[in-house]
Amino acid sequence: MLLNVKELTKVYGQFCADCLLLTGVEQNTTICPRCKSVIAINRVNFSLKGNEVLGIVGESGSGKSTLLQLIYQDIKANSGQIIYNGLSTTQDTGFDLLDCTTTERSFLRNIEMSMIYQSPTLGLNYLFSAGGNVAEKIIGSGERRYKVIRERVIRLLKRLELPDSRVDDYPDAFSGGQQQRIQIAKALSSSPKLLLLDEPTTGLDLSVQAKLLDLIRELQQEMSFAMIVVSHDLGVINHLTDVTMVMKHGSLVEYGLTDQILEDPQHPYTQLLVSSIL
Amino acid sequence: MKLTVNHLAKQFTLHNRDGITVTGFSDVSFTVADGELLALTGPSGTGKSSILKAIYRTYLSSSGTIHLHRKDGSIVDLTTCCENSILELRKKEIGFVTQFLKILPRITALQSVASPLIERGEYEKNARETASQLLDSLNIREELFHLSPLTFSGGEQQRINIARGVIAPRDLLLLDEPTASLDEDSSNRVLDLLLELKEKGIAMIGIFHDKRKTERVADKVYTINREI
Repeated sequence: MLLNVKELTKVYGQFCADCLLLTGVEQNTTICPRCKSVIAINRVNFSLKGNEVLGIVGESGSGKSTLLQLIYQDIKANSGQIIYNGLSTTQDTGFDLLDCTTTERSFLRNIEMSMIYQSPTLGLNYLFSAGGNVAEKIIGSGERRYKVIRERVIRLLKRLELPDSRVDDYPDAFSGGQQQRIQIAKALSSSPKLLLLDEPTTGLDLSVQAKLLDLIRELQQEMSFAMIVVSHDLGVINHLTDVTMVMKHGSLVEYGLTDQILEDPQHPYTQLLVSSIL
Repeated sequence: MKLTVNHLAKQFTLHNRDGITVTGFSDVSFTVADGELLALTGPSGTGKSSILKAIYRTYLSSSGTIHLHRKDGSIVDLTTCCENSILELRKKEIGFVTQFLKILPRITALQSVASPLIERGEYEKNARETASQLLDSLNIREELFHLSPLTFSGGEQQRINIARGVIAPRDLLLLDEPTASLDEDSSNRVLDLLLELKEKGIAMIGIFHDKRKTERVADKVYTINREI
């Protein structure tokens, strides 16, 4: 397993002793009635194999994005474990992201995993050129030679069908779909083992969305990294993922093969979700 | 033996319809050996496709077992084994030819037929060669090879679907009405193809409606009757 998530919990607020028991799917709330804390993630367990593609679906506020941010260390979890086994030296014991040092954390974020945010404004630095943004991540992963970096940037941008003549343009001079592709180029530039995608195509028009998804799928097969895809769009989930987990009120309600989740959903919430496809 | 299905049953619980249950099928038992074709027959709505889906784990079975005898001698229960093993098996050992074409509109017919071979590690050129021979033997005109199957007729789509399913055949092949929308000549070619696969030792479970076609290819027939 590349990633083992155990009893992961994120609480905004006081976090009293009853928080976890009084919230969740059965209780039908994320707000603790006693201390009014918001339980964003309630004891979530799952594991991910190298080159597996996992989808996460669920209603707004169910904790999907929070889960990705916890894994990517954008925010810190309150309790639980995120064991990362991608580093060959620590293969036996794994590597708990929750109690690693800042240096180790930035190493993981720069080299081992990458995140693609819903909005390119979160993933890109608009004061750097398109090429500069991609280069930033390559430099972070340890490469220092200008020529090598430049070549890799141009190769990646070309792979994502961006003209290499525009490598020095700033991100705001690109269209939304192109900015998203710059973000993908940036994310893939360090050859990560785990790619996290948070609503990668929401807000893009259908033709751009299709192209982008085809590209992500192609690159995944080519480079065989693992992915976690968060999306509202069950079509995107169906197209990209092998297994899917369904979340509600910060808890995991169902986990299964993507075609099984879509064709034979078991949990009442999943049945409602699937029956809502237009 | 390749596959042993024992007392398999499937019930759908509809939580958003006051929790009523609908029976998909119940008490299904059969076996299929290597190189054998089992035909599932019976009236519409008796759960034939559901059985195939339960074997492929698109449906979770309610009770019973499905034992797959793997090449290495081990036996795995498809109703209970973990998702990762199912994904692994789908890549190498279990194939599913669906009733309707599920294909990306942006990929050409030839490419989509060749891709299972390429995924298996075949050179792209050879894979395309094999794919075009296969399409040719299924009566698909060459001018269609480089177009998207989305614009094809129903029968053409079905043959693309079959070609995709059999080009790199898995040891166990599930066929959901492989000849349903084909004319006499084309469906004979498909049946020939299935007979060829049988000789290669592929175990198959297929849904057939036509009695004559069934008799031509099937070694065994499992008939499901509507329960009264």
